[in-house]
Amino acid sequence: MTWAEMQPLLRDASLDTLFMVWWSTLYTILGGLPLGILLVLTDRGGLLQNTVVNKAVGVVVNLGRSLPFIVLMVWLIPFSRFVVGTSIGPSAAVVALAIGAIPFFARLVETALREVDHGLVEAVQSMGGGTWTVIFKVLLPQALPSVIAGLTTTVIALIGYSAMAGAVGGGGLGNLAIVYGYQRSETGLMNITIVLLIVIVTAVQLAGDLAVRTLARRGGRQAAPVGLRRLWTPARPAPKPAATVPAQAEAPEAVKSS
Amino acid sequence: MPVPGPLTAAHSTVTETPVITTTGLTKVYRSRGREVTALDGVDLHVREGEVYGVVGQSGAGKSTLIRCVNLLERPSSGTVTVAGQDLTALAGRGNRAGAELRKARSRIGMVFQHFNLLSSRTVQSNIELPLEILGVSGKERERKALELLDLVGLADKAKAYPGQLSGGQKQRVGIARALAGDPKVLLSDESTSALDPETTRSILQLLRDLNQQLGLTVLLITHEMEVVKTICDSAALMKGGRVVESGTVSELLATPGSELAAELFPVGGEPSGPDRTVVDVTFHGDAATQPVISQLSRTYNIDISILGAAMDTVCGKQVGRMRIELPGRFEENVVPIGFLREQGLQVDVADVNPAPAGALLKDGAK
Ligand SMILES: Nc1ncnc2c1ncn2[C@@H]1O[C@H](COP(=O)(O)OP(=O)(O)OP(=O)(O)O)[C@@H](O)[C@H]1O
Ligand SMILES: [Mg+2]
Repeated sequence: MTWAEMQPLLRDASLDTLFMVWWSTLYTILGGLPLGILLVLTDRGGLLQNTVVNKAVGVVVNLGRSLPFIVLMVWLIPFSRFVVGTSIGPSAAVVALAIGAIPFFARLVETALREVDHGLVEAVQSMGGGTWTVIFKVLLPQALPSVIAGLTTTVIALIGYSAMAGAVGGGGLGNLAIVYGYQRSETGLMNITIVLLIVIVTAVQLAGDLAVRTLARRGGRQAAPVGLRRLWTPARPAPKPAATVPAQAEAPEAVKSS
Repeated sequence: MPVPGPLTAAHSTVTETPVITTTGLTKVYRSRGREVTALDGVDLHVREGEVYGVVGQSGAGKSTLIRCVNLLERPSSGTVTVAGQDLTALAGRGNRAGAELRKARSRIGMVFQHFNLLSSRTVQSNIELPLEILGVSGKERERKALELLDLVGLADKAKAYPGQLSGGQKQRVGIARALAGDPKVLLSDESTSALDPETTRSILQLLRDLNQQLGLTVLLITHEMEVVKTICDSAALMKGGRVVESGTVSELLATPGSELAAELFPVGGEPSGPDRTVVDVTFHGDAATQPVISQLSRTYNIDISILGAAMDTVCGKQVGRMRIELPGRFEENVVPIGFLREQGLQVDVADVNPAPAGALLKDGAK
């Protein structure tokens, strides 16, 4: 097989893979994020404590996670046909991919949100904040780096699943590798497919890591550009810490409690 | 440990209007069949403009009490009234707070031991958070936040993140945030316990200044007697979910046998032998300058040993305490003791085997 022959195949398959991953990621976020939040809020001691809902959602999520993806896909064929009108091709695969990844992502979101210090929730409650405030001003912003890290893991899993979906007629790079590489012994094409998958996974991982690091750095201890900012805005009066409150100079801050 | 000088002058903000009142406040925790009574009928009366300290051993129910005041913890029974509003009546069922309770909470500031600042937001944005909840416009929020930052002495840290601040600075931000909703009442649960002594002092000074300047009522929980000594007008001692002693600090100091007074102002000293009378003499104000001991010695021709003595500043007032030993049993010393009482001194005949000083709060220190 020549490069000219391979090129259109590879391009179409890559686009199919990206299509499947993009849309299934979107639906996974739309489904997994609320489920993860719900799991945390309805848990014992949660803001919306509700054992029945919590147990029910938990069971569904566990069920979704315990099924091997390939089984889930086959099992979902009638459902995919019902939703998108076909049981093969990238669109059908998106349905199965999203349904497979939603429970996975929901658990990761749940774990991320649980890491948020309950003291912060209490602080916001003491200010008069309600459930929505807690979700949107505390839980999600504070857990954002962990949620992004979880999303990265999920997207990479989705790339893997999408290749698997290729095996049952989902299209994409996985399909290409199986149809040409395995069934027609086109080793060259198969290798290129593998390299492409590695490149995509690596790109996703790097992007995710970068986002997490950027977000995490906000709360870190790097020097703030306040010095420069003050030079640029001389109009603002110089800070006068001792003006209204005779603040004692704090000790050399030997004790830094976090 | 003596306080190095008076922190504040006499206070004038205290009025007789009650701001926080709890009646018969009870909280029972139930978990896996076991019941823990954290609060057992607490009646608390905090007057407007005062700094009220609650002390007690670990597990005495102090945190539970303060969390019941803004209903973060739902009391099992009893009522909580803050600024004339019965909060217990606003509490709905379940863990969710209704709109009215949330509105009432926004007028009660709360400061936490571990600051509880959102690390994802800048200092300014943290202070704006309560205003966002109140629906204040962006411009107004910024104005208010910067004003509050100035008030707590952190005007140059508006754009910093909490992770870049020291513990003392974080607590200043916590205080500024608590003040954003213009509360009448500030609740503080061990707000200085994570800080070193010098920083603790500066935070207490800040709280005192806010109390004086804004007429803010402060209810604070602490296990450090130093804190009470430094800034409280009144104090309560909790034990096993009950308030066992309470009152203004001067009242407490003038109460014979008050455990809180003894903790606020401990004097040590063991009697040198049997058949001695050990007397604790407390001096307030003018009495502190009278040469009473030498007068006593001359008048009755007895030898007096001083076992221990200390001068200290409690709530801006000079107070002295002395433990003296008179020869003979109590019955033989009725007249000299009467003489001391006539001089306007507070006289407590000490138990010869008193509980070791510091026992009260020993467990409180973490
Ligand atoms: N959520 C809870 N569930 C069960 N028991 C609790 C709960 N919170 C507190 N308690 C119990 O209530 C009692 C009082 O606790 P509380 O936290 O009010 O004590 P505290 O005086 O603040 O102590 P410390 O000085 O250690 O902070 C303790 O016996 C504690 O074990
Ligand atoms: Mg406590």
